[in-house]
Amino acid sequence: MSDLLERALHRYPGKMYRGASELRGSLLVLEGAPDLAYGEVVRIYGEDGRERLGRVLEAGVDRALIEVLGDVEGLSTDVLVKPTGSTFKVRVSEELLGRMFNGRFEPIDGHPPVVHGELRDITGAPMNPVSREHPSQFIQTGVSVIDGMLSLVRGQKLPIFSVSGLPHDLLAAQIARQATVRGEGESFAVVFAGIGLTRDEAGFFIEQFKETGAIERMVAVINLAEDPPIERLLTPRIALTVAEYLAFDMGMHVLTIMTDMTNYCEALRELSAARGEVPGRLGYPGYMYSDLATIYERAGVIRGRRGSLTLLPIVTMPGGDLRHPIPDLTGYITEGQVILSQDLHARGIYPPVNVLPSLSRLMRAGVGAGKTREDHTYVADQLYDAYSRGVRARDLARVVGAINLSERLRRYLKFADAFEQEFLSQGFYENRSLEETLDRAWRVLSLLPEEELVRIPVEIIKKYHPSYR
Amino acid sequence: MAQPRVGRVVRVAGPIVEGEGIEGIEMGEVVYVGYEQLLGEVVRISGGRFSAQVYEDTEGLRPGEPIVATGRPFVVELGPGLLASVIDGIGRPLKMIEERMGPFIGRGLRVNTLPRDRRWEYRPLVKRGDELGPGDVFGVVQETPLVEHRLMVPPEVHGVVVDAAPEGSYAVDEPLVTLDAGGSKVELTMKQEWPARRPRPYAERLPCKTPLITGQRVIDTLFPVAKGGTVAIPGGFGTGKTVTLHKISMYSDSKIVVYIGCGERGNEVAEMLEGFSELVDPATGRPIMERSVIIANTSNMPVSAREASIHIGATIAEYYRDQGYDVTLIADSTSRWAEALREVGSRLGELPVEEGYPAYLPDSIARFYERAGRVKALGRPERFGSLTIIGAVSPPGGDFSEPVTVYTLRFVGCMWALDTELAYRRHFPAINWMRSFSRYAEEVEKWWSENVSPEFARYRRKALQILSLASEIESIASIVGESALPDEQRLVLLAAEVLREGFLRQVALRGEDTFCEPVKQFWLLKLMVDFFDKAYELVRSRVPAEEIASLPAVHVMQRVKEDERGVEAVRELYERVMRDLKGLAEKYGVSGGGRE
Ligand SMILES: Nc1ncnc2c1ncn2[C@@H]1O[C@H](COP(=O)(O)OP(=O)(O)OP(=O)(O)O)[C@@H](O)[C@H]1O
Ligand SMILES: [Mg+2]
Repeated sequence: MSDLLERALHRYPGKMYRGASELRGSLLVLEGAPDLAYGEVVRIYGEDGRERLGRVLEAGVDRALIEVLGDVEGLSTDVLVKPTGSTFKVRVSEELLGRMFNGRFEPIDGHPPVVHGELRDITGAPMNPVSREHPSQFIQTGVSVIDGMLSLVRGQKLPIFSVSGLPHDLLAAQIARQATVRGEGESFAVVFAGIGLTRDEAGFFIEQFKETGAIERMVAVINLAEDPPIERLLTPRIALTVAEYLAFDMGMHVLTIMTDMTNYCEALRELSAARGEVPGRLGYPGYMYSDLATIYERAGVIRGRRGSLTLLPIVTMPGGDLRHPIPDLTGYITEGQVILSQDLHARGIYPPVNVLPSLSRLMRAGVGAGKTREDHTYVADQLYDAYSRGVRARDLARVVGAINLSERLRRYLKFADAFEQEFLSQGFYENRSLEETLDRAWRVLSLLPEEELVRIPVEIIKKYHPSYR
Repeated sequence: MAQPRVGRVVRVAGPIVEGEGIEGIEMGEVVYVGYEQLLGEVVRISGGRFSAQVYEDTEGLRPGEPIVATGRPFVVELGPGLLASVIDGIGRPLKMIEERMGPFIGRGLRVNTLPRDRRWEYRPLVKRGDELGPGDVFGVVQETPLVEHRLMVPPEVHGVVVDAAPEGSYAVDEPLVTLDAGGSKVELTMKQEWPARRPRPYAERLPCKTPLITGQRVIDTLFPVAKGGTVAIPGGFGTGKTVTLHKISMYSDSKIVVYIGCGERGNEVAEMLEGFSELVDPATGRPIMERSVIIANTSNMPVSAREASIHIGATIAEYYRDQGYDVTLIADSTSRWAEALREVGSRLGELPVEEGYPAYLPDSIARFYERAGRVKALGRPERFGSLTIIGAVSPPGGDFSEPVTVYTLRFVGCMWALDTELAYRRHFPAINWMRSFSRYAEEVEKWWSENVSPEFARYRRKALQILSLASEIESIASIVGESALPDEQRLVLLAAEVLREGFLRQVALRGEDTFCEPVKQFWLLKLMVDFFDKAYELVRSRVPAEEIASLPAVHVMQRVKEDERGVEAVRELYERVMRDLKGLAEKYGVSGGGRE
């Protein structure tokens, strides 16, 4: 045994295990370590003298399986493993605001570690469904397509499905900058989880938050692309533990941005492969649905408590494929999805949201008479219907030529263009009020003959249609 | 009852805990694991060791901690107090967990499904000397203003009443009737227990001929389910499984609803609770929560409890069926349950067959749907009950050829196939009328004929024809352009659009169109089909299809479903449409069109 290990052994009194029987990727197998608990955090000392953290994935009288957090370079089977007696916990207190951490919850902003506050398990406990309040507070994001057709509400989990190269970061940053609750004007605290980001990507978000002064009301947990992948599994959980504290203990309205969840899933796959588990679709583990759910389900509103936790994860779809297991399982858990399209982006439209497959499931609860405006849902429904007809007309025109379309379909074709130019597209710094959004919607809808608007009740048409105003 | 026996934990891997040191431990036996006494069930025994699936999070559990075996199988408590409650996947009322632990669920809490401190007004129906057998009703309790709870002799018990408590208020565990069962005494209470995985017995299985009226037109008219039948509702994410199931649970004409939220969203449970407390039963003005049991194992709750939740739900549903009620059991989503089977299987090292699922997947699915049916219950007085099972299926990638969908379709009588394309167009319910099927359609025709109209079946077939014809024409139109189509075909497209928009599409979550009475369904169908027939005659006599399409009444047909005057408005419109067509016939000097 090296001197370094020898010294470590003396420096840290208490129980220690020496020597692993196997080191496979980031997994360490210990024989005869019967005291380790399932999920317990351990300290690992390698021959290189560095201390690493690890977590017990399987506990047993004869054998324990440990995942090493941090990089394994320089590690051999000659290690010392020291139990901490506890699962992975972080300290939560007001001191967190304005701070930045890495995926092991070590400060990366040059300030000292957080010393005050309660220790909380990062796994979190499931929220009791009967304690939940059904989310229904409309959040105005100032982005027409979201406010008008995919409304976000406090406590919702609404991912952005994208492809690398598309401006999902811009959209998320714009939402974080502009989000307010109508009538309250109160802004959101932002918890940012960067998962496997490049320095530039992480830098972009931090700059954005600085620019708007949001940095004071922000906590960032950042795992960079060069950091150990295994820590990507902790990053969102640390961020959410912080977010839960800010929301449900401090009563803040918290917007949590997590990007890129695809990197999280890759790390999960890597770990699963290293454990030799039976792979599911495309090698992702069969429990990925449940695993992701323990992250996304932490969003919500609790009856009788002031705050809320809203989740805005970004998922880049491998190969741009919506049916890929990552976006697919995410869609089965979240309350809708905002899908970005390469085609719209190529045509210079920002935000390039493909509205037809996009959806906000909580929209109905958050909009309409008494919440936003009485025409809101009808207008959104009619926009969907008309735009889907317009897009089909456009496809048809490509085959048979616009000239061979019926008069009616030609109108829809024109509608689709106007919708994209005047409603969908807007500036990165353009913050539209809900009234402006709905008025724009009416303007494009008025390109269609009135009797085509079958999804809007006649009284509403009489009240809001431009030709009556 | 068996003595508790104690062993110790030797290995912990997620929800599977291996233990040793308990003599004669049995498969399916309930164990309490660790110092926190987490609930588990034995799923494998080999050599001196056994494995238990633990229904709570096992983080922090250490080898060497104790395991206590109870000698009892995993049972469900049945009795008054189930209705209006929300329980988790292992039968604990979530309200009680909230009272003790706050809004986040901690571990190791044991609470009974049926509250012991609550008293019920009991009315006996038997006296000393009566002879009782399995299923006989010995007394009743008004469980909620909506439901009378019939207390039954448990399925394996016979005897002569030697002691009978008088009318009065009792807790669920107080003895009410004592039977002399051939020398030994058996005490009957309001509460009985039944092993969750074993179907409850009945006297006889009966054919299913009465439709479950859901008020959703595309279901009741085109793809009906009979009371006692089985349905699968597969669809990719966001295609409308949950909304459809919520609507059925709220509006369908079943006496009891058992809803299992299996591995789905917490917010959906919250929404449902709100809906169930606000929506009232029209006959009594009482909230429909009073005829419902909700079982919630949301996606962030322990996976192994997901597997249990399905069995608990089915057992509770059968118990009310045995009382003589029509019960609907809804499971959203059975795919999450199948995934739980897969996960437990793989942690036990079982050999995976298809997409990682264990070989017994088809068996497990079949056994679940087998629990549906219309039956004559055991015992006296004579009671008939039904259990309808509706299960959501969430195929990965929306691909119906994956194992869970494929096996499920093999065992169900009806499928509502949800379609992503329709959902993108916001055509809800997004039930694809070309892919869905119902084997009950013919069985329930008689009911429609007797209760609504003898013409119903003919109109139904005709509507299906128009829709299928239209989809053929559409595929031609997408190649040649709509303007190249002959007028007859354009009319078919118009009629199909009217049917789609005015009949099939039903999105209202409140107001007139939320629930559509069978009579109104019939009249809407008749309106649209007769419109097509008459208009078709006109077009064949060279009246331009364009003229028909531009009749203002055509647009009204698409909205009349929302008219608050209900079926009256449809009848009125019918007259108007026929008049308008007749007018066109006269204008073009042709016979036909309108009413002769
Ligand atoms: N009958 C309906 N009427 C109106 N809107 C509907 C209807 N069905 C579905 N929707 C819309 O579609 C959205 C998604 O529906 P739902 O949540 O039922 O999908 P799902 O199939 O259960 O998805 P998942 O598998 O992800 O749970 C709803 O939020 C709602 O906006
Ligand atoms: Mg659903």
